[in-house]
Amino acid sequence: MRARTSWEVVCTVEDLVPESGVAVWTEDGPVAVFYLPHRLPALFAISHTDPFTGKNVLARGITGDLKGQPIVASPLYKQHFNLQTGQCLEDEEVTVKTYPVLLDGNNVRVEIPAVNKESAAA
Amino acid sequence: MSKKTLIVIGNGMVGHHFLEQLVATPAAADFDIKVFGEEKLLAYDRVHLSDYFGGSTHADLAMGTADWYAENHIDLRLGEQVTGIDRDKRTITTLMGDYSYDELVLATGSYPFVPPIKGNEHPHCLVYRTLEDLDSIRASADGVKTGVVVGGGLLGLEAANALKSLGLEAHVVEFAPRLMPVQLDSDGGALLKRKIEELGVQVHTEKATTEIVEGEDARLRMNFSDDTHLETDLIVFSAGIRPQDALARSSDLAMGERGGIVINDQCTTSDPHIHAIGECALWSEKIFGLVAPGYTMARTLASVLNGDTEAAFTGADMSTKLKLLGVDVGSIGDAHATTPGARNIRFNDEQAGHYRRMVISEDGKKLLGAILVGDNSHYDTLLQYALNGIELPENPETLILPESQGGAPTLGPDALPETASICSCHNVSKGDICGVIDAGCTDLAGVKAETKASTGCGGCAALLKNVVDRELEKRGVEVSKDLCEHFPYSRQDLFNIVKVNGIRTFRTLIREHGKGHGCDICKPAVASILATCWNEHILATDHVPLQDTNDTFMANMQKNGTYSIVPRIPGGEITPDKLIVLGEVAKEYNLYTKITGGQRVDLFGATLSELPEIWEKLIAAGFETGHAYGKSLRTVKSCVGSTWCRYGVQDSVGMAITLENRYKGLRAPHKVKMAVSGCTRECAEAQSKDFGVIATENGWNLYVCGNGGMRPRHGDLFATDLSDEELIRTIDRVVMFYVRTADRLQRTSVWMENLEGGLDYLKQVVLEDSLGIGEELEQHMADLVDTYQCEWKTAVEDPEKRKRFREFVNAPSKKDPVQEWTTERYQRRPLLEGEPA
Repeated sequence: MRARTSWEVVCTVEDLVPESGVAVWTEDGPVAVFYLPHRLPALFAISHTDPFTGKNVLARGITGDLKGQPIVASPLYKQHFNLQTGQCLEDEEVTVKTYPVLLDGNNVRVEIPAVNKESAAA
Repeated sequence: MSKKTLIVIGNGMVGHHFLEQLVATPAAADFDIKVFGEEKLLAYDRVHLSDYFGGSTHADLAMGTADWYAENHIDLRLGEQVTGIDRDKRTITTLMGDYSYDELVLATGSYPFVPPIKGNEHPHCLVYRTLEDLDSIRASADGVKTGVVVGGGLLGLEAANALKSLGLEAHVVEFAPRLMPVQLDSDGGALLKRKIEELGVQVHTEKATTEIVEGEDARLRMNFSDDTHLETDLIVFSAGIRPQDALARSSDLAMGERGGIVINDQCTTSDPHIHAIGECALWSEKIFGLVAPGYTMARTLASVLNGDTEAAFTGADMSTKLKLLGVDVGSIGDAHATTPGARNIRFNDEQAGHYRRMVISEDGKKLLGAILVGDNSHYDTLLQYALNGIELPENPETLILPESQGGAPTLGPDALPETASICSCHNVSKGDICGVIDAGCTDLAGVKAETKASTGCGGCAALLKNVVDRELEKRGVEVSKDLCEHFPYSRQDLFNIVKVNGIRTFRTLIREHGKGHGCDICKPAVASILATCWNEHILATDHVPLQDTNDTFMANMQKNGTYSIVPRIPGGEITPDKLIVLGEVAKEYNLYTKITGGQRVDLFGATLSELPEIWEKLIAAGFETGHAYGKSLRTVKSCVGSTWCRYGVQDSVGMAITLENRYKGLRAPHKVKMAVSGCTRECAEAQSKDFGVIATENGWNLYVCGNGGMRPRHGDLFATDLSDEELIRTIDRVVMFYVRTADRLQRTSVWMENLEGGLDYLKQVVLEDSLGIGEELEQHMADLVDTYQCEWKTAVEDPEKRKRFREFVNAPSKKDPVQEWTTERYQRRPLLEGEPA
C-alpha cells in the first residue's frame, strides 16, 4: 500500500528565481526549490540542509550541469549534488533527500511524506 | 656518537648557499654548526645591490631569515669578527673568545681593490661592495651633483647605475681602452659605451688617474696622466676584487702568488680540516668573481662533507648575461677567441645598436664563445650550443643574423641534450626537469617548486617554460586551458569573446560559444568578465544565478551559514561618528566584531534576512559596501603618512583613499589588495600586496604582484618616483591588463610569473606601451570608474532585489533552527560541532 502523502503549497511562481534556488519551510523541515527554466522538468526540490555540515544553505548554491546531470554546488565546501537523485558527486555514500515537486497554477507544491508529517505533528 | 663542530667563517651569498645545501643532506645531523659573519646583516643578494637605491631594503635582498637559521639549529653570530685560526689546536679566535672546530669552512669572500692613487684616502673616496658602503655613498651623494666610478667592468657599471639612481651626474673612468675588457671586444665595448652615454653616463676610457686633490668647483679633482682632469664630488672605486684571505695567510695555509686560498677539487685547502669556497678560494690558479661558480663550490663541499667521494669542483662556466643600465650585455665562453685556430663571425648593426660575435672552432662545427651587446635574445641559444657542444648548423651565421636576413629561429628545446644546463644558478639540467615531470609534475609552477629552476637570477625563465611545455606535450599531457566542461576556452579567450561580440548574458555566451548549462566554475568566472566589461549590477536578474553565494548576498558566508559584513573604510580612515554607528549596529544585531588585517571592521553572524536591514542603517550613516565578498579590490591599507608621522614624506592616507575610491567595485579574476606607505619604513606592508605604493622624496615607487597568504611573495619594483597622475595611470594599466589576461582565480603574483617574459614584458606593455593598448586600458578603467554603484545601496532600494534575502520565502518570521550560539570573551559566536550548548 502506498504511504499517505500531502502536496504542500510552499510558494508561488513569483518567489522562484530562474537558474537558482529558494528555501522554503515545510512540515518536513527546510527544503530548497530550484527553478531551471531551460530544462525539462524545470523544478527540483531537495533538502536545504548540507549533509556535510548540517547547515541550511543548499538553496544558495550555484546550479548547472555536470556530465549531463542537473546539479547544485554547496556554497560551503562546494560538493555537488544531483538535483534529481540527491546523489553527491564527490562521495557516493552521501545523498540528500529529494522531494517530488510540481506547478499547480501559480502555486509550487512539494510532496511531503506522511510519516514525517505525523512525527512532526507529534 | 657526539656531534662534530662545523664552523663557517663568512655569511655572504656563497656561505649561505653552502648551509642551505648542507642542511638538506643527512650529514647536517652530524654537525653542530656555527656561523661567524663580520657584517652585522644576514647574508644578502649582492648581485642586485643597486636595487637598494631603487627602494629595496635589506629584507628584500636577504637570502634567508634568522628564523631559518634557528629552525635548522645553526648558531649564527653576526658582527663577530674572527681574528685568528690555531690549526694545531683546531680553534678559532674572535673578540669574544675561542671556539673549537672539527671542520672549518672559509667563505670570507673578497674586498674591493682600491688602486694605490695618491689622495685615495679622502673621505669621499668610497667603495661599492656592502650595504654599509651603499649607505656611505648615499650620505656622500646628499646635496651634491657629480659622482665618478673608477673601473668600467661589470661592477663598475652597476655602481654607475647606483650613482645615477641617486640623481648624480655619473662618470665612469676606465684604464683600459674599452668598457668591460674581460667580457667584451673593442666593437662590443664601443657600442656599450655609446649606449651608456646615450643614457646620460659619461664614459672616459684609457684614463690613468695619477692623483686625487681638492677640487675647485666640486669636492675633488682627479688628475689624469694625459694632463686632463675631472672634477667630482665623490669617487667610487670599483676596479676589481681581491680575495679576503688574511686569516688563511696568517695561519700559513697554501696561498696563490697573487692571493687566494689554494683549494683542490674537493674545495679543501692545504689543511685537510679547512675548506674554502667562493671568491676567497683559488682553484687551478683562478679566482671566480661570479656567484654561480661560488654556488657550485658550495654544493661540492656540502656533498664532500656528506661523504660523497665522487664530488668534485671542475671549474665553472663564466658566461654572463646582464642588463647594465638597461643595456643588454652577454658574454659566453671563449669570447676573445684565444683558442688556437678559432674563427669569428660578426654581426654589427650600428643603426639598431646591436652587436653579435660568434667564436667558432677551426673545423666550424662547435661554438666556443660569443659576445652580445644591445640585444640578448640570442643568448640562451648560443649558450646551449657552447655549453653542450652541440654541432653548429651548416651556415652558423644564421644563428646571429636577424630573421629578416635569413636568421634561424632560436634553438628548440628538443635539440638540447639531457645534460644541458637550463638553470645555472641552481644547477638544473634538462634531465632534472624531465625527471620531476616523470615523477608527476604537470605544470611550470610545479617544476619551479621542485627543482628551484629559474628562481635565482631568473635569466632562464623563457627557456625553462619552453622545455617544460615541450616535455609535457611529448608525454601527452594536454596543457588544457579550458575553463571547465562547458567552455573550451581559457578565461582570457572568453574575455575577448565577450568583449568583441558585445555579449551581455551568460545564457547567450553558453548558447553561442559553449555547451550545457554551466556550473560553479564557469558561472562566477563569466559573471566577473561580464561585470568588468559592462559593469551592470551583480543582482540584475540575468546575473543573480551566476554568482557565488557571497556575491549573491553581498556578504561572506561563514561556517554556520550566517554572513559577515564589511563596510568600506577607505584607507582605514574613519570618523568617530561612523565608528559609533558600527558599534551600535553590531550591538543591535548581536554581531561578533573584529578588526581585519585590511584596516576595517568585520561584523559576523548576521542572518540572510538581517542583511538588508543592517545595510539600510549603515548606508544611512554614509557607509558603502566593502566588496569583501567579491573577487575585486578589497582594501587599500595605509600608514598615517606625512600628516602626522615624523618620518612620512607623502600623504599616504590621502593616496590610499584616492586609490580605494577609484578601484572599488572593479571585478577581477581574483581579489586584489593594495597598500600605501608614507616612507621607506613601509609600515603599511605594501610590498606584500598586489599593488604596493611607497612614498619617496620625489613621489611614489610602485611595486606590483606581491602576495601574502599561503605563498608569500614580495612585490617587484615596477616604477620609481611617479607623480600622483603617473602612479594612477600606471596602476590603471596594470590592473586592466591583469583583469583581461589572467586565468580564473589567478592572483597577480602567479599571473606575472606565468606571463611569458615576466616582469620585463609587463613593463614593456605598461610603461613602453609595446602592444599599443595603453590608452584603451586607461579608457576601459575610466568607464568602469564612471559607472560605479554601491551594490548594497541599489539593492536595499529595490523591493524585488530585497526579496532575495528572505531566509524561507514562505515563512518570513521563521528563524533557521540549526544556528546555535555561545558566548566567548563577551561576544556571541557559533557553537562548534560537538560542543555542549
